Amino acid sequence: MGVGIEVTNLNAWYGTNHTLLDINLHIPANQATALIGPSGCGKSTFVRCLNRMHETNPIAKVTGSVRIGDIDIYADSSPVEIRRRIGMVFQRPNPFPTMSIYDNVASGLRLNGFRNRRVMDEVVERSLKHSALWEEVKDDLKKKSGASLSGGQQQRLCIARALAVDPEVLLMDEPASALDPVSTAKIEDLIFQLKSQYTIVIVTHNMQQAARVAERTGFFLNGKLVEFDSTHKIFTNPGDKRTEDYITGRFG
Amino acid sequence: MDKSFGWLMLICALSIFGIVALIATELTLRSQITISKFGIKFFFGSAWNPVSGDFGALPFVYGTLMSSLIALIIAVPLSVGVSVFITEMCPRFLRGPLSFLTELLAAIPSVVYGLWAVFILVPLLREHVNPLLIRAFSWSGIFAQPDFGVGLLAAGVILAIMILPIISSLTREVMTAVPHSQREAVLALGATRWEMIRMGVLRNARIGIVGSVILGLGRALGETMAVTMVIGNSPQILKNLLAPAYSMASVIANEFSEASDDTYRSALIEIGLALFIVTILVNALARLLVWAVTRGAPARTS
Amino acid sequence: MGGNPRRAGADLLSERMTNKTKTNGLHRLRRTLANHMATGLAVLSTVLVVAPLVAIFIYLLYKGASSLNLAFFTEIPKPVGESGGGMANAIFGSGVLLALGSVLGVPVGIAAGTFLAEYGRGSKLANVVRFTADVLNGVPSIVMGIAVYSLVVMPQKHFSAFAGGVALGIMMIPTITRTTEEMLLMVPHAVREAALGLGVPNWRAVLSITLRTASPGVITGCMLAFARVAGETAPLLFTAFGNQFWSASLNEPIAALPLQIYEYAISPYDDWHRLAWAGSLVLIVLIVVSVSLVRYVTTRGVLKGAS
Repeated sequence: MGVGIEVTNLNAWYGTNHTLLDINLHIPANQATALIGPSGCGKSTFVRCLNRMHETNPIAKVTGSVRIGDIDIYADSSPVEIRRRIGMVFQRPNPFPTMSIYDNVASGLRLNGFRNRRVMDEVVERSLKHSALWEEVKDDLKKKSGASLSGGQQQRLCIARALAVDPEVLLMDEPASALDPVSTAKIEDLIFQLKSQYTIVIVTHNMQQAARVAERTGFFLNGKLVEFDSTHKIFTNPGDKRTEDYITGRFG
Repeated sequence: MDKSFGWLMLICALSIFGIVALIATELTLRSQITISKFGIKFFFGSAWNPVSGDFGALPFVYGTLMSSLIALIIAVPLSVGVSVFITEMCPRFLRGPLSFLTELLAAIPSVVYGLWAVFILVPLLREHVNPLLIRAFSWSGIFAQPDFGVGLLAAGVILAIMILPIISSLTREVMTAVPHSQREAVLALGATRWEMIRMGVLRNARIGIVGSVILGLGRALGETMAVTMVIGNSPQILKNLLAPAYSMASVIANEFSEASDDTYRSALIEIGLALFIVTILVNALARLLVWAVTRGAPARTS
Repeated sequence: MGGNPRRAGADLLSERMTNKTKTNGLHRLRRTLANHMATGLAVLSTVLVVAPLVAIFIYLLYKGASSLNLAFFTEIPKPVGESGGGMANAIFGSGVLLALGSVLGVPVGIAAGTFLAEYGRGSKLANVVRFTADVLNGVPSIVMGIAVYSLVVMPQKHFSAFAGGVALGIMMIPTITRTTEEMLLMVPHAVREAALGLGVPNWRAVLSITLRTASPGVITGCMLAFARVAGETAPLLFTAFGNQFWSASLNEPIAALPLQIYEYAISPYDDWHRLAWAGSLVLIVLIVVSVSLVRYVTTRGVLKGAS
């Protein structure tokens, strides 16, 4: 099952640029939580702090605490194990072009030292089924490369790749923004199904999308978490005026 | 006016083809004597006897290939290591100076490398390195007495130093061309930095890296002055890497001006023709591979 | 997914990850070790690569600087056995050969590069020309020497500065073509469009505007070609041939710096070795200056119209 995420006094910098200010929130387990806000508000930075991808930038700095389940993710100096337990899907699908579909999904397994063919076959099949891609590629697993699929299929492949290493949390940074409406709908359906087993955090520009898939929604503005509540409340009766302005499109 | 200006530019651009054609025709023309006399056997005969008129180029082919092979064995791991360091591991402020240094290495003339090799490298090998190699490996016959310092190994080492910058600068180019999103994808799966480099960068760039290695090979095959100064200039084919040898470019450099008769000269020119064809093919293959990865962005001229 | 509640990797991974902590721990250790080893090897490689370069420079400075005196630049070589002397004739000879070569190489090279960047940009022909120029740059220079020997020296029946100049000129063409193209491509489109918008004919725009904007880069590109060609020995071995004395005639063999360095280096005389080191230092300084200039011009955005 998925786990909850507890964020306490999180601050983040890019060099001298203070990009996240005192973020406090609790993301519930086995639900989808959406993060909305205008461009540059810090929602992507926030999500990247959750799996310590933010620190891949040499001038990035983070203070505060993030607990995923019962683990403080910044306790260990090495982020490697944390990143295994927290899956990430990026805005633009980024499958490995030199690997087959099978190898793409199995790549995380190989990294973690799994050699057993039978185990890998099973995990690859299950991952592809859970990302609703199995039926479309089951005959070409080893024949087609990861890059030969359509945009929507590539993104589902990336989801399968992330699921294969058995994360407890799945972070999605605008996963459908580069896709056509049909693929977007498929991804949203997927989120519905995955919710029961993973904790999902989805960053989105698309408010309708947040309303469709997420139980809770957080509104970011200028690096601050302005409001965090049930999706229904945020979109029908927001507590903060700034949230209301954003929802009604007064700024974008 | 505009039209004729354009035509002028075009003609000058076509001169590139003209140069290739010029070299090909002149070389083929002037080596007719030995081409018709020996045919393809020219490159398989091991006797090089200007006096009797018997010419076989095998010792030179061997020397060129072996010294280039040694150079690749030394240079490729080092080049990849340097490239990985500069592009993925190095602190930002070091990146510029380091790549500038490797660019300088590429610009040093062959004769200066040769000078350094004759007075510094060869004594170093002869006194300190070769004795160790002989002690450890003389059973294999690959490193054995006599040890003059000059020979295939010395040529291989100086060649390695000379092709290092070109392999590493091109490798750096193809590595930098790998999109950042690939690196992030590997890291997000929970990979160490080396695993990220291996799976996310090197794997994607491998075709281009092969191309840059082949380009280095092309440079090593044709390298003349430095090799001439340290290879020993003795046309023999021996297993012993410490023995003096001879390369295709070196024999031309050494004996061309002394070549007294037409057959002798024709033999040397035929060797030059072979060198020309081989380096054209190798360079073309290499450029194609690199182009496939960097998608036709103007390649570096060095 | 219907009635399949298990996670994709569950009960295959999680247990292995958490229960079999011993193997997991061992594997993690192995991965960390591999990571550190890779870093170590990369650093080691860098040191091994930088070391010869530093060593060469240090030796050049050490051995060359002490031999560099005024005599080096003003005197010609003394007969064997006498100390002193210089490489004045070789420096002069290199200058002559470069000048000759650039008469052929610079105009043709710049024109070809202009074609690639302005007139034929993107066309199949331009791609083939560019490809061929790159391949030509990889052809051993000794082959160029043989070709020019066959073309010029054999009919004339003697070595000459002219032949050497032709050889160097031919070598310059592909290099200057590519650097000119690269520099021209850096000129922003806006500059060209501004000129054309003023009603200037294309050839005028290219000459007076585009080329002029790119001229610092084009010039330093030529300098780079000069530096590269100035250090070439092989093509001169049987064209210019070398000369122990002053010569200013185009029809006679002429001395050149790299040729002289080569002959002195393989000679048995200490004095000549000293001169070889000094000559090498001169060459290196020339090259470092050119490479640095090119780097400065291309990275500081001098070409974009910024001053």
